[in-house]
Amino acid sequence: MSTLEKTTDEILQLAAAHFKVPRENLRADDDFFKTLGINSLQALDLLTRIEQHFHIELPDYELQGVSDFRTLAERIQSRL
Amino acid sequence: MKNFTGKALSWRIAGGTVELMLDRAPCNEIGSATLAELEQFVDALAAAGEDARALIISSARSEGFCAGADLRELFERSQAMAQRERLAGVRDFLERIHRVMNAIDSAPLTTIAAVHGVIFGGGFELALTCDMIIADKMARFAFPELRLGLIPGFGGIPRLKRDIGNAVVRDLLLTGRSINAAKAQSAGLVSQVAAEGDALRVARATAAQINKFDSKTTAAAKRFIKSVPHDELKREIEIFCDLFLQPAVEAGLRKFVESTDALPYLP
Repeated sequence: MSTLEKTTDEILQLAAAHFKVPRENLRADDDFFKTLGINSLQALDLLTRIEQHFHIELPDYELQGVSDFRTLAERIQSRL
Repeated sequence: MKNFTGKALSWRIAGGTVELMLDRAPCNEIGSATLAELEQFVDALAAAGEDARALIISSARSEGFCAGADLRELFERSQAMAQRERLAGVRDFLERIHRVMNAIDSAPLTTIAAVHGVIFGGGFELALTCDMIIADKMARFAFPELRLGLIPGFGGIPRLKRDIGNAVVRDLLLTGRSINAAKAQSAGLVSQVAAEGDALRVARATAAQINKFDSKTTAAAKRFIKSVPHDELKREIEIFCDLFLQPAVEAGLRKFVESTDALPYLP
């Protein structure tokens, strides 16, 4: 598994656990707002959990226009 | 000091600790109703004297401590007014909220903001008036005002400059990004980080410790270590009012109010 795939998988596991969605229902190219059914405040919550999990800072302006897990993983990779 | 329950907040006093609880849907946006009750609160606090030795400010809303000024009310009221009237209304609101913030900032008792979730704009400014911020590990802090064509107007910049270093002040203000509790603690903004859902419990334990000390000594120590930056606060009101009539502000407010964006809280 490549590093990007591993990061994507970790995000999917994190999101599934926190938002109580079966992991097998989540795909890397899914729109996380739609798939998880989350609003902007819950997106901030996810961002905080991602920062804590990966021990990074991810400025929220870098997430503008990002709505799928794979692109989110790429943004995280650039901060690792 | 009598206990109080209003439309936007409540307070109660027990064992020397005053607990002020914000509770206005959706996330304690500060508009005219909250301001009027905050004014009642600071009057009651001043009259309480030595009965009140510690103050905890927290939120009953699950979304967070406070999402800032009530931009919908600001926009709607502005639309109904002529330009000169609009500016006078904003100035009056700012001067009133500054009196409240300055009263909390300089109160002789020890003040704690117990925060969680969203602490944005005016909510961040309210937290900054307190002597200590105790943050839930999921808390996020931001000053998103520049995207509205404004600067923070409730005393945020002078207090931020007073409390922390330039790198973070400029990053927060000039990018409008949010930072988490761990970053805020490393920057010197947050005194203690609590587990999820535990900020108020930690604040109560801290207040119990504070209540052990002589209140006159505590007040003297506070006066020595914390001054209110009055000149800069007055200047902030002037800059805010200068900016307020710029077309970008009305456009920014309209965009926020009418937004169906998935991320309206993000810069």
